[in-house]
Amino acid sequence: MVRRYILQRLLHLLVILFGATFLSFALMHTVSTDTVDVLYTLNGNANAAVAAAKRASLGLDRTFLVQYGDWLWRILHGDMGNSFVSGEPVLTTILQKLPATMELMVLALLMTILAALPLGILAALHRDRFWDQAVRIFSFLGNAMPDFFTALLLLYLFAVHWHLFSFLDASRLPVLPALTLSIAMTAKSIRQVRAVFLDELSKTYVQAALVRGLPVNTVLLHYVLRSVLAPLLALLGVSAGSLLGGAAIVESIFLWDGIGKLAVDAILLRDYPVIQAYVIWMCVIYVGVNLLMDLLSAFLDPRVAERGSDQ
Amino acid sequence: MISSRKRRFQSCLVLVVLLLLSCLCWQWLVPFDPYAQDLGKALRPPDGVHLFGTDRYGRDLFSRVLAGGQLTVFSALAVVLTASVTGSLIGLICGYRPGKTATLLLRLADVFLAFPSMVFAIAVAGILGGGTFNAGIAIVLVAWPKYTRLACSTVLPLRHEPFIEAARMSGCTDGQILFQQILPLAVGPLAVTAALDVGTVIAELAGLSFLGLGTAPPAAEWGSMMSGSRNLLQSAPWTVLAPGLGIFLTVAVCQLFADALRDYVDEKG
Repeated sequence: MVRRYILQRLLHLLVILFGATFLSFALMHTVSTDTVDVLYTLNGNANAAVAAAKRASLGLDRTFLVQYGDWLWRILHGDMGNSFVSGEPVLTTILQKLPATMELMVLALLMTILAALPLGILAALHRDRFWDQAVRIFSFLGNAMPDFFTALLLLYLFAVHWHLFSFLDASRLPVLPALTLSIAMTAKSIRQVRAVFLDELSKTYVQAALVRGLPVNTVLLHYVLRSVLAPLLALLGVSAGSLLGGAAIVESIFLWDGIGKLAVDAILLRDYPVIQAYVIWMCVIYVGVNLLMDLLSAFLDPRVAERGSDQ
Repeated sequence: MISSRKRRFQSCLVLVVLLLLSCLCWQWLVPFDPYAQDLGKALRPPDGVHLFGTDRYGRDLFSRVLAGGQLTVFSALAVVLTASVTGSLIGLICGYRPGKTATLLLRLADVFLAFPSMVFAIAVAGILGGGTFNAGIAIVLVAWPKYTRLACSTVLPLRHEPFIEAARMSGCTDGQILFQQILPLAVGPLAVTAALDVGTVIAELAGLSFLGLGTAPPAAEWGSMMSGSRNLLQSAPWTVLAPGLGIFLTVAVCQLFADALRDYVDEKG
């Protein structure tokens, strides 16, 4: 059952990735501004013959489908082209920047789990009382704060107000960028954790375990927590998308040298191969993270896989 | 008897109307011209005259924040309207007439959904070349599929309901069935999704402007105002915090309204 579920998910992933490459290529292709024009305007002079030669050397004079097929073939062989600006292979650049972004994401995800789980459970256990309300207000505020405002606010508080920046800098971890991303994600997941936890508490197996004299903490930690983790992981998988988008903004603000900052810089220079590679890599990471989270959920709670392969 | 949900919905509606009015009538509310530069008054901290202080060109920030609402809120509304109407129409038709075209359209929606939305919006806005309109297009492109999915999944089980068959046998055209019989049943959840989307879209539009991919200066727009004053965070933090507050309050009001609307629709439905 689980094997069939994994196969199904992998197949789905391939279809999505194929669509994603096509879409991102089509998108780049339909834009009116021409890289060669931009390149030569940047350099100050434009000679028609030189521009045409450059266009031919970049392969921009062929038909759409030929260009797409050629491009896809090369990507499958690990060649994502060279940056129009720096001339370096895009794949090398991306792989150089990828670890920094992954570090940021993993730290943000960890912070989110460490905050959302206890806070959500706290809210559920204190239903409709002070802590529940406090958590609800936090979640509301966190949802209404755009990433870049949270980032600047944290920068202001930590660096300007509390003079803690050198201290945080010494840890060599992207603490503030990760905190920025995790505040928004925590705000989204807390309510989910609370709802699932409450739902689970009302089930008969919890009552039965308590009636049989199992300690409350054992019931909560061994049985209830396990069933809360699965939906939380799935939710985190889905919100990994906004995490990746947020990373572009947050990395630019904190000058964290990851893929997001690379992409924003590439966009300003119209460096198409880098933008294309960025979109595809983000898609791969997003779909991959989702797959991983689904598999983890299925491992934690085999009923998930049963439901999944029925669909 | 008026339920508490209905009362909450009504009070949130009042908040939204106030927000929209302040966006529409900012010309009469602003104490200063939001574009008038006065270098002699540059970077004044907030006081009784300039409630939010002034920016580096001596422009009154309170006036600029008020003026910035109109562009952001109304472009967000236009974006959500375009995405929800287009997405829902595609979804309604796909659900009503399943077939090869419908499957293809739904797969396309899936591919769009597989893109992390902000990543895609950043790339599209960047490629199209910035500007308010292009940023709007970028967000419409990432927002439509969820309406298609939702509309399609609402319509699909309704297709063979007796009342639809009855309408068909009494000679109603497909258009009449879709818009008179099916649409009223699907419109509730679609409207709630759209309402929930408005706050998100406002934040996304501001985010694109912040990255320099949306509305460009000198227009009073919250995202680009914050981006322009980023390096003043240490010396004049109010230049960053004031537009941030504008975004935050607007998104908060939109979310309160959307939550209240959802509860109200749930109760009625």
